[in-house]
Amino acid sequence: MKWTRRHVLDTDDWSRDEIETVLDQTRAMIEILQRPIRRAPPLRGRTVILFFAEASTRTRVSFELAAKALSADVTNITASGSSVEKGESLYDTVRTLQALGGDIVVMRHASSGAPYFVAERTDAAVINAGDGWHAHPTQGILDAYTLRDALGDLDGKRIVIVGDVLHSRVARSDINTLVPLGVRITLSGPPTLMPMAWRCGQPPREVTYEPDLDRAVDGADGVIALRLQRERQESGLLPSLREYSRVWGLTAERVARMRPGAPVMHPGPMNEGIEIDSAVAHGAHSLIETQVTNGVAVRMALLYLLAGSGPAIPVEERA
Amino acid sequence: MERDRDLSALAIVGIRARGDALAARIQAAIRTNEGVDVPLGAIDITLYRDDLTRIGYAPVVRESEIPFSVDGRVVVLVDDVLFTGRTIRAAMDALVDYGRPRAIRLAVLVDRGHRELPIRADFVGKNVPTAPGDDVRVHLAEVDGRDEVEIVTRVPA
Amino acid sequence: MKLEGRYIEAPGFIDLHAHLREPGFEESETLATGAHAALHGGFTTVCAMPNTDPAIDTAALVKEVYARAPGWAEGARVWPIASITRGRKGKELADLVELAQAGAVAFSDDGSPVDDARLFRSALEYARSAGRVVIEHPQDLALSAKGVMHEGSVSARLGLPGMPAAAEETAVARDIALARMTGARVHLTHLSTSGSIDLVRRAKADGVSVTCDVTPHHLAMTDEWVAGSRAFAWEVQDEGLRGVPYDSSTKVNPPLRTRADVRALWAGLADGTVDAIATDHAPHASTKKDVEFDQAAFGISGLETAVPLILGGVRAGWASLPTAIAALTTGPARVLGVDPLEGDHVVIDQEAEWVVTPESFFSLGKNTPLMGRSLIGKVDIAVIGSTKRRGGQRVAKAIAGR
Repeated sequence: MKWTRRHVLDTDDWSRDEIETVLDQTRAMIEILQRPIRRAPPLRGRTVILFFAEASTRTRVSFELAAKALSADVTNITASGSSVEKGESLYDTVRTLQALGGDIVVMRHASSGAPYFVAERTDAAVINAGDGWHAHPTQGILDAYTLRDALGDLDGKRIVIVGDVLHSRVARSDINTLVPLGVRITLSGPPTLMPMAWRCGQPPREVTYEPDLDRAVDGADGVIALRLQRERQESGLLPSLREYSRVWGLTAERVARMRPGAPVMHPGPMNEGIEIDSAVAHGAHSLIETQVTNGVAVRMALLYLLAGSGPAIPVEERA
Repeated sequence: MERDRDLSALAIVGIRARGDALAARIQAAIRTNEGVDVPLGAIDITLYRDDLTRIGYAPVVRESEIPFSVDGRVVVLVDDVLFTGRTIRAAMDALVDYGRPRAIRLAVLVDRGHRELPIRADFVGKNVPTAPGDDVRVHLAEVDGRDEVEIVTRVPA
Repeated sequence: MKLEGRYIEAPGFIDLHAHLREPGFEESETLATGAHAALHGGFTTVCAMPNTDPAIDTAALVKEVYARAPGWAEGARVWPIASITRGRKGKELADLVELAQAGAVAFSDDGSPVDDARLFRSALEYARSAGRVVIEHPQDLALSAKGVMHEGSVSARLGLPGMPAAAEETAVARDIALARMTGARVHLTHLSTSGSIDLVRRAKADGVSVTCDVTPHHLAMTDEWVAGSRAFAWEVQDEGLRGVPYDSSTKVNPPLRTRADVRALWAGLADGTVDAIATDHAPHASTKKDVEFDQAAFGISGLETAVPLILGGVRAGWASLPTAIAALTTGPARVLGVDPLEGDHVVIDQEAEWVVTPESFFSLGKNTPLMGRSLIGKVDIAVIGSTKRRGGQRVAKAIAGR
């Protein structure tokens, strides 16, 4: 299919076709990363601006590698030491981005919806590298790629996502990319860390909530463990980390209850010993390192598709 | 084969899409006639096109597959139609990202003229004179269900 | 009054609840621009909430509002509401009797609730001596802390912290219980959930002295608007009319709720549970709104779009026109304990179609999700006493003919 999206802000309304197009392009990019010279020229002369208002090493580096692998020029605007940290408003940062004249802006921000704000006000194409609790579309796609690579056809498979779903943009994006591919999702975790509407009878299509993790992983085709985001929690949502880890930690026993060969995934960084045992994180079923490799390829695929969607359309000229 | 008696250094790489099917046929023919299995690869040149910023959309990139080292080899690129030469330029740029061949040769089914770059084929199936506005469409059984070369001529309005 | 035909005539509307921002926040609105906007929206009287800087908590400040408000020549009557507590801090009662004598028409700490129940009880009891109603903004601050929209399936999808319906309903229940116990009257403003309406309905049946109002935006918009929908509660989404998700013009407190809640508000209007429609006009300078959603100020500039929104629901059959007009006229008068003002009246063109643009607003607050939208229903003439205004302009300068 011909790619028409100008931005990648979230995968909330992506069709199966669109997701599969990105997955297919990802496979082509993986091959490039396996060559002796891990580089191709399609973004030569294009500038990719990395605007990370929230600290992140792995995602930012992953995007940087992806952009450079496609021969783009990369500029970094990051939180620490920048005017963003000194309290510059998003509005002013957007004007700076506009003045810098990048072709693609990759951004991470603590406010849900910030990428929409930026996309409305700059000529550049925008890729969301994580906004608040809302979305982390490239993670959703790379998780879908990793699972499809491991399991083959995903139709009818059941994947468990366990952890702090309420505050997790990874969980939301995983749901939005896996469900269109035919996956059923079982969410597990403490009720206080689950969106109230999803817990109380209005979950998204093909998603259910099972508070008992042992029951949830029984016969599942794979599991994604989420980082317990201590920094985003207010007190009162969890009695203790110890209890969390006992009731919802991913142990070898729980992994054994899944189907044979069922993969274990985690978006990283991990709190080993809390949401996931070290043995499981580094064990035979773990695809956590593969996720990282796939992440660069997914980001290359999206940078390529967005760069090809034509030259920047000035804000004033948009319909 | 007439040209390079030593088949041990030979490799065939088809340019997607259709050049790869032709390359496979050539490899099969060599196996039948000489009993030698020449390494076969396929290369997608989309990312090396020189017109990506002009066409306004991102063409689908297919996976390249070169499961052998090209270092020191005589690599024969295979394509269906040779026209401006830009595709071959892109293919060579892609190929040298895999290593350093001893030599690169070019085999095409149809050479329709109108080169825009200094590129020439070493092996040509058929020279077909065309007008620049014409369209030359190669159909292969593996891809399109039949073996056929169509030349579509534009009739002035 | 004439309620048939294209042009309807009604008494001038009374807005129980508007934020005119002066003194202190004149970049967002002034008494002059706010009064002008009110008249443009059909409101010949507008009650100004005291969450200004300084808050209107002394007799001198009440008189200052009267002094600064434009004359009837330029805009609606402005009636100041004084705060319940000193500085609106929720700690000590203000001098309520003095404030009433200086001309305050009611007391309110809006946009905050009086969180301390014991203090609120005192306020209800003491306000009786002042002969004025207490208008309470019902919100449990702890339960709704950090929320920026309604907590429901839309907030779950958008990844935004929500304010659950229960945060309003627990406060409504508290206020009703205190009104019941003290025998004092309480007016609950901008109710937004079906649960709140149920509580008030039951309380009224029990004889409790409680009244309430709802806003035009809560009568028309839903939480889906935060996700980009622009379908009124009685409409199906027209894909061509979608807005951008996370538009801060949809951020308001109490938040836009579900279709079921909107339906319940109209049912409350129809059966008399809801006494009045009040705009909660909350203008903001663009610096306060042109930021990330979670950082943006709460509020919709609503004086000048109230009429088309209300007429939209009437047209959809959700309440009758007489009921809606009563909620804008006799209802608010009854809440305040005043007689309807002779001579104040409005003429409304029910069929006039117009587009909401920044220039079409006299208010300095352009923060509305209706910007750029075509609406049906417009105020043609507004009359205060013996002075006639057409579309907010002096008749002498008005465009001739209808």
